[in-house]
Amino acid sequence: MPSTLTTDIGIKPGVGGGEFGSGDGGKFGSGPSDSKDWPPGWSSEDAAEPEKYRIGMWVALASILMLFVALTSAYIVRGVPALGGGPDDWLPIDMPSVLWLNTAVLLASSVTIELARRALKKNEYERFKSWISLTTLLGLAFLGGQLMAWRQLAAQGVFINSHPHSSFFYLLTSLHGLHLLGGVIALGFVTVAAFRMRIGFKRRAAVQVTAIYWHFMDGLWIYLFGLLFFFR
Amino acid sequence: MADVVHPVHGEVHRHPAPTNFIRKYIFSTDHKVIGIQYWCLALFAVFVGMALSLLMRLQLGWPGQEWGFLKTLFPNAAENGTISGELYLSLLTMHGTIMVFFVLTTAPQGGFGNYFLPIQIGADDMAFPVLNMLSFWITFVALVVLLSAFFVTDANMINVIGPIGGWTGYAPLSALGERAGPGQGTGVLLWITSIALFCVASLLGALNFITTMLNMRARGLSLMRLPLTCWAWFTTAILALLSFPVLLAAGILLLLDHLAGTSFFIPGGEYVSGQLVKEHAGGSPILWQHLFWFFGHPEVYIAILPGMGLTSHLLSTFSRKPVFGYRAMVYALFAIGLLGFFVWGHHMFISGMSPYSAIAFSLVTLTIGVPSAIKTFNWLGTLWGGQIRFTTPMLFAIGFVSLFVSGGITGLFLGQTSIDIPLHDTYFVVGHFHLIMGVAAIFGMFAGTYFWFPKMFGKMMNEGLGKIHFIITFIGVNAIFIPFHVMGMAGAPRRYASHGNLEYARSVMPLSRFISWVAFVTIAGQLIFLVNLIWSWIKGPKASANPWEATSLEWTIPSPPPHDNFAGILPDVHRGPYEFSVPGASTDYLMQTDPESAEEHGH
Repeated sequence: MPSTLTTDIGIKPGVGGGEFGSGDGGKFGSGPSDSKDWPPGWSSEDAAEPEKYRIGMWVALASILMLFVALTSAYIVRGVPALGGGPDDWLPIDMPSVLWLNTAVLLASSVTIELARRALKKNEYERFKSWISLTTLLGLAFLGGQLMAWRQLAAQGVFINSHPHSSFFYLLTSLHGLHLLGGVIALGFVTVAAFRMRIGFKRRAAVQVTAIYWHFMDGLWIYLFGLLFFFR
Repeated sequence: MADVVHPVHGEVHRHPAPTNFIRKYIFSTDHKVIGIQYWCLALFAVFVGMALSLLMRLQLGWPGQEWGFLKTLFPNAAENGTISGELYLSLLTMHGTIMVFFVLTTAPQGGFGNYFLPIQIGADDMAFPVLNMLSFWITFVALVVLLSAFFVTDANMINVIGPIGGWTGYAPLSALGERAGPGQGTGVLLWITSIALFCVASLLGALNFITTMLNMRARGLSLMRLPLTCWAWFTTAILALLSFPVLLAAGILLLLDHLAGTSFFIPGGEYVSGQLVKEHAGGSPILWQHLFWFFGHPEVYIAILPGMGLTSHLLSTFSRKPVFGYRAMVYALFAIGLLGFFVWGHHMFISGMSPYSAIAFSLVTLTIGVPSAIKTFNWLGTLWGGQIRFTTPMLFAIGFVSLFVSGGITGLFLGQTSIDIPLHDTYFVVGHFHLIMGVAAIFGMFAGTYFWFPKMFGKMMNEGLGKIHFIITFIGVNAIFIPFHVMGMAGAPRRYASHGNLEYARSVMPLSRFISWVAFVTIAGQLIFLVNLIWSWIKGPKASANPWEATSLEWTIPSPPPHDNFAGILPDVHRGPYEFSVPGASTDYLMQTDPESAEEHGH
């Protein structure tokens, strides 16, 4: 190994790194900060990889956020009476009761993914495996629950074109569901990798990044749930 | 130089170049190949878009004239060889959409940005190469989907050539399907699909650009040592990241209005083509305008900011002087980008918005004049007293400044609510945005092509042909678009297939015919560019590593660069990018990797 190795990010290998934006000097590669002690065979390149996934994830979340910001503004303009807008064709739908359960399931999954992340940080593989699998199952359960909510509404004769509130309900839940499905697929990959004992440095980054995404999707759901049923 | 480079953990070639043709040239993850793919896509798209404008100019100069070749080109839409109103509108819509998305958004960012951002920051590739490949191929599919709208037939099997609602696709006419006109059914569906795909591709691209620039800069390359091109691409990526999701949202809502029977944009009681619209009610057409322009205004900057970055870079390089006010240039870029998010309302002054909102939008709009003026004065300051080398890229960069000024000043007229009322939807607007968003950005692309062609293809372009191309284009575009303003002040409305049958606008007909003639000459002038490209690519003299005596990192490596850019040895950066004519230096320029600089700064 040449002795000139340097890193331009301030994270240690094996730990997975400080949180994005925690203010480590030179985090964004603004200059050389001299080498941490890399284990043999490791280099700054390997450490730069997880960092780039983390930055990439936050950037992606900004754009997902803008998508829902735009739809929120449409929701307000299109005529939420509670927010003082719109023509008088607004007819709020009854909340499918299963949504409370779904919300609880998704909140629980946020807890389990956090437990999984921390278990991995402490290198407790067995606990990591069970928590990450549980998270995947809870994610699937949430998606199943959302389908049930749709069926409950459809049974009442409420469809996407029934009236504006139902349009927004179906649209927002399906867009959120699609994004969450992406998260479930990522979790599936991580879970399979965990059971095949292939949690290397890069996959640790995958767990980190998936956890960030998952928490965001959880928060987004709470927001959409509140928007759809408490501002109608 | 050789003694200061640091090998990256002993590996020399981290990414071996792929050897099979498909992985190397088609589904390549090499940012340089992807950059050239984007650039070629834009080159193809610009000629399609230009051909459409040629047809429009035929109609506008000689309304109702029969053209034999149109019968073969559009056997149904132009059966007599004349351009019908609907055909004219679809030409206009496709021209706008192709040019805005697949040329102005694609070439400066996807093309040059992809190729040169990683090299200028001293990285071996983008942060996410596979994502990069995906974003190009999604763009490609989006273009194919859009062009397929040319071949759509309506219910009566009459061939129409795509949607007719303009590139802004205003609701409710864009949401009502076939009854709002030919091409508004399947044509609009293809149009929305294409734009939605394009949004996704742009988002992936923006994500890649931002991460790359934040995370992959070479050692010593602090933010304030970045070339201004990198700053421009970075700002553009942020704009794209935050504005394309909004267009995507609008597209999804419009698609649902079409396919799912919702009424996001369709108000009740619409009476269209003799039919009452019964199944929709309560929607808001203004909502479409808000969402569209919240994207649409930043989009203008997405098109032109890369050109600004490149112009700063070229004016400094070819004046052999440091950029005047580097930091001010960076902050002005950011200020323009930021303010760009708060001015969308100025596209909607006559939509019935509250005059108080209109004044707020107007004030913010005029405020953009401040950072724009900072940029213009700094460009002039960079030129002032320089030893200017009038190369072709330099001429186009100076042309960019000129067009930016003319296009910007007319923006000040339109940004004021009271003046906008008579000028709205006239040729004044068309002239304004063609100058600033269209032609200025295109000049940026020409400048980029002439400047970077030697690096991209290892051959020099012909300077003589380049200068002829510049003169024809510069005079041509001014002779086309400045008269547009005159027509606008005479009241000639935009999007009309003919002004001949408007009593008050008939007087603009001779001017319109003059514009058509100039347009033909200018379009013919572009063939010189095409010939120059092809001829230089095949037979041009070999380019050295640094033919322009420029300083940034791409000029430290061979032309064309090897597969992983720096052959496994990432550069060390010792200075900013605009160190020209440094007193006491042995040459009139110091490369960014030049270690001499570090010593001097110590003095």
